[in-house]
Amino acid sequence: MTPTPSSSSHRLPRLSLERRLTSPWWLSWVIPIASVALALLAGALIIASQGVNPWEAYRAMFEGAFGTGYGVAETLVKAIPLMLAGLGVSVAFRMKLWNIGAEGQLWMGAWAAAGVGLFLYPAWNLPPWLAILLMMAAAVVAGGLWGAIPGVLKGVLQVNEIITSLMLNYVAISWVLYFVDILWRDPGGLGFPNTAPLDKAIWLPKLTWIPFLPKGHRVHAGLLIAILAAVFIWFLLNRTKWGYEVRVIGENPEAARHAGMPIVRNIILVMILSGALAGLAGMAEMAGVAHRLQRGLSPGYGYTAIIVAWLAKLNPFGVLLVAVLFGGLLVAGDQIQLTMNLPRSISDILQGLILFFVLGGEIFGRYRLRLR
Amino acid sequence: METAFIITILATAIQAGAPVIYAAVGEIFAERSGILNLGVEGMMLVGAVSGFIVAVNTGNPWAGVIAAMLAGGLLSLIHAFLTITLHADQVVSGLALTIFGAGLSSFLGQNYVGVQGPQFNPIHIPVLSDLPILGPILFDYDILVYLSVLLIPLSAYFIHHTRPGLHLRAVGEDPATADVMGINVARTRYIYTFVGGVLAGLGGATLSLAYTPGWTEGLSGGRGWIAIALVIFAFWEPWRAMVGAYLFGGVQALQFNLQTIGITIPTYFLNMLPYLFTILVLVFATGERMKRHLGAPAALGIPYIRGER
Amino acid sequence: MNTPTARQPDIAVEMRDIVKRFPGVVANDHVTFIALRGEIHALLGENGAGKSTLMNVLSGLYTPEEGEIFINGEKVVFHSPRDAIAAGVGMVHQHFRLVPTLTVIENVILGLDDPKFRLKLEGAREKIQSLSEQYGLKIDPDAFIWQLSVGEQQRVEIIKALYRGAQILILDEPTAVLTPQETEELFRTLRSMAEKGHTIIFISHKLDEVMAIADRVTVLRQGKVVATVAIDEVNKEKLAEMMVGRPVIFRIEKPEIEPGEEVLRVEDLHVRNDKGLPALQGVSFVVREHEIVGVAGVSGNGQTELAEALYGLRPVEKGRIFLYGRDITQASTRDIIREGVAQIPEDRHREGSVGNMGISENLIMKHYRRPPVSRGPLIDWGYVRDFARKLVKRFNIAAPSIHTKARLLSGGNLQKLILARELSSEPGLIIAMHPTQGLDVGATESVRKQLLEEREKGAGILLISEDLDEVMQLSDRILVIYEGQIMGETPGEGADRNEIGLMMAGENRSGTGDTSLQRNTSNA
Repeated sequence: MTPTPSSSSHRLPRLSLERRLTSPWWLSWVIPIASVALALLAGALIIASQGVNPWEAYRAMFEGAFGTGYGVAETLVKAIPLMLAGLGVSVAFRMKLWNIGAEGQLWMGAWAAAGVGLFLYPAWNLPPWLAILLMMAAAVVAGGLWGAIPGVLKGVLQVNEIITSLMLNYVAISWVLYFVDILWRDPGGLGFPNTAPLDKAIWLPKLTWIPFLPKGHRVHAGLLIAILAAVFIWFLLNRTKWGYEVRVIGENPEAARHAGMPIVRNIILVMILSGALAGLAGMAEMAGVAHRLQRGLSPGYGYTAIIVAWLAKLNPFGVLLVAVLFGGLLVAGDQIQLTMNLPRSISDILQGLILFFVLGGEIFGRYRLRLR
Repeated sequence: METAFIITILATAIQAGAPVIYAAVGEIFAERSGILNLGVEGMMLVGAVSGFIVAVNTGNPWAGVIAAMLAGGLLSLIHAFLTITLHADQVVSGLALTIFGAGLSSFLGQNYVGVQGPQFNPIHIPVLSDLPILGPILFDYDILVYLSVLLIPLSAYFIHHTRPGLHLRAVGEDPATADVMGINVARTRYIYTFVGGVLAGLGGATLSLAYTPGWTEGLSGGRGWIAIALVIFAFWEPWRAMVGAYLFGGVQALQFNLQTIGITIPTYFLNMLPYLFTILVLVFATGERMKRHLGAPAALGIPYIRGER
Repeated sequence: MNTPTARQPDIAVEMRDIVKRFPGVVANDHVTFIALRGEIHALLGENGAGKSTLMNVLSGLYTPEEGEIFINGEKVVFHSPRDAIAAGVGMVHQHFRLVPTLTVIENVILGLDDPKFRLKLEGAREKIQSLSEQYGLKIDPDAFIWQLSVGEQQRVEIIKALYRGAQILILDEPTAVLTPQETEELFRTLRSMAEKGHTIIFISHKLDEVMAIADRVTVLRQGKVVATVAIDEVNKEKLAEMMVGRPVIFRIEKPEIEPGEEVLRVEDLHVRNDKGLPALQGVSFVVREHEIVGVAGVSGNGQTELAEALYGLRPVEKGRIFLYGRDITQASTRDIIREGVAQIPEDRHREGSVGNMGISENLIMKHYRRPPVSRGPLIDWGYVRDFARKLVKRFNIAAPSIHTKARLLSGGNLQKLILARELSSEPGLIIAMHPTQGLDVGATESVRKQLLEEREKGAGILLISEDLDEVMQLSDRILVIYEGQIMGETPGEGADRNEIGLMMAGENRSGTGDTSLQRNTSNA
């Protein structure tokens, strides 16, 4: 039995929250939409504070992202790593493992794939399709291992995975930059720190057959990989025994223990899977967009992926959808920098605001506001 | 040259530790009340940039300090409102705060990168500062570093030997009991989350107005996260947090000074040191905790809703 | 019922026409309750009748939707527990409101405005010691709460209320955690407090205790007052009937069955608890087919650790566990489940179910590894649906659908779900921990019936419960556990409550000479 608090211990005048027993179906749509709207409103205030008309800014952003064919294509391009990393993060979150290390796992995946592409491919004279598969495999292994470290520390030693996975982000970036700037640096490069480009044959092919998109768009096969991954994850979580275990452990680890489910083993496996998907995101970005290993390969995809996963309520197909929306947000950020000279950090601010408002709005799904 | 090296390391450690002490002690207060605030990095950044901007525009570094503390505090109130009043998930809210804070600080500071601003210089104490060995180690710091040292015994005394400190501990351990005993749980949590934000902002100001000084994007470089890890290492006790902060400072000091004694490691690997150090510290601390059966404040991270299980 | 008028001088508490609602239920339905100064007034009712709710209103935790409260003839409105305390109302909850990591003094002064800033504890220490002597409540003011026994913690709670000047003391199920001897001591304390002029309100569902201690009784049923009577006007049977609304049978029909083969054998079990201290120190016993072996004892004497060790959830330091003769001491929980051991856990919400998952997903938690629930790595959700529907029907689980989330089920239905899951695999050994705790009479009867059915089918049941009545009613043999050791064993039939009580408090008794029990006592 849950009572109405006799006096809201936070002295909100006459307002109290009353727990709902069930919530109407439309609420789970209305709340996120209303939250996003409110976030945009708050963002408008911040934009206005810099002397720019927020509505113009928003219009430019929207048009840039969804208004033109080119914009839509770029949105999809940016969505791909968000989809994969978002899937990875969502799997971990399902088991209440806070994998904040998707960024580092992404970088390690990109690095391993680059290693295969730049050196093994020419050295072993591999057919391109095999090279691409090996690059994917390398990314999966590297990302998986990078995720396994916080996984093992958490599972065996109960060390907080938020901090360990996050610390490893910084370590991973330093590691990869060492290769980009020094060991694998492109001698023919024009002073920009990056590796030599991958041989064109092993670039992830562009999906030229997608209709309605302008010629020369950059949407690549990573999109197919992401969609397949989503289906795979959905199937894994909902149809298999292992997926059932993961969900039970995430919801109630004590009950899972009493049912004889292996907790430590699953913590490690889930973190490996999570890291592997994020690693794959890195490979997709490296082999599909940048075609080389370079600074700025990821503008924080690993962090945005966390927001994506959470907003998608950890649903694999939701992740795909929300990733597209946030891809659009990133493109809009670039756009607004070009056309209106506003900093790209606006899209970070908007991301944070959206998350705040959705977080705040969540409570209305569980509680009803009462005026007394 | 051995002694000179050691002196440099120790002195740098104490300087480098100061901003982390502020952030860690702030987070200790917040967590002791039961609120996990992962937004420390964001609050430090916003504090750093606000402090710097105000200092540059007023010419007064103290104005900057006040501004930084206010900025950090205001930001923390967002987290407080979401988690305390709206019962949102504390982990996600804290992450959102960090992302928002990072973006906001970038946005606000875009025109201030590379700008020279007023700063706090080391205070020269006659006689004491000139002592050999002890002088540079103990008496050659700016006011913010000295204040950070003072903060430690003050906060320890507050937590353990005052009535409000008792209430703070009760709220973090057993909010249901505290509530029944007439303590306003939500108000207590709001206050100490705010304190956490204020101190994190102060930590940021220490970076932009003393340590670095100046502003660049991402100035804190993960120190906010390291502070959170140190809180665990510290068992939520200010004195231990100080030890952890100076250990971190020492690692940073080594990072910058190893080549002076002839050890050449590429900077890329030296850059990893603070973060690897944090992981190690966390492993060690968690292990010790498990063995000694010491716990975090029992109600940490769990929203308190009167009357619910 | 005669309602005395408000301004009579010896009325300490008057609650008039109290209505308190929660989503979906009216917990207090126009309840009028009066307690006199210097009396011990029992508030009787089964689980869910509204007793705790009513007292939570009186102690300021809840605000009633309707109704008024008068203390000593003056109308009061409580917005928080603080107001109630100021009016002289103190409450000792069933689950103590004590912060384990703080000391006694710190807990007692918690929430008070004095001392202002610096913690000066000498004054408080003196006052606590004087109260302690005055009322005969022995306590060490500087001890940490986690160091104290349950009985001592209860004393701290009472001192806490007295420290704040409570004239009216409410105790919610105070004897649930006490041995019979500690209960006697508590009653003595309460009587002396009543003589000093305090008003004691005593919430209970235990008829024997109410008959022993109360001056007057108010019986609640389903949120309404049934009657308020003086204790010499009633007897146990009348009270029970008022509580439940129909004549209640006190003996359960338990058919005589010869116990069969050994199902479980425990030899010299040594197990440590979470703090690293010994929880079981050489426990040995047997459970046979067609037999219910009850383990009686106050909670915290090793019962939890015993159940965990038997289920593979806690490592065994020394000793052996045999299931049908096979050594399962080191077996994993998964293997133990596979060997046909079922468990009804202590906490239905924390350990027994996943609140956010539906009934069907909860029902397969023990079966999902094998066909027909799963084929290879995949779960056959079609089969799961049928399986769930059948079980819901067979065990009478009331819910809108098999997809209803477990956290929306009532306590009784949730327990039925757990039973359905555990018993559907025809287990050979059932470990049942407090299976009827917190359930209403109907659900309790149904659970006990089920356990007896399993006993008839041939299962061996280890019943671990603090409810001595339950243990005495259901068990064929009763073991008493105290500080991790079996103090003795008595047969279930005709067991002597007093003897059991002494064993629960630590007195070592010899067994009945039953050769099936391996004894590990160092003295005679």
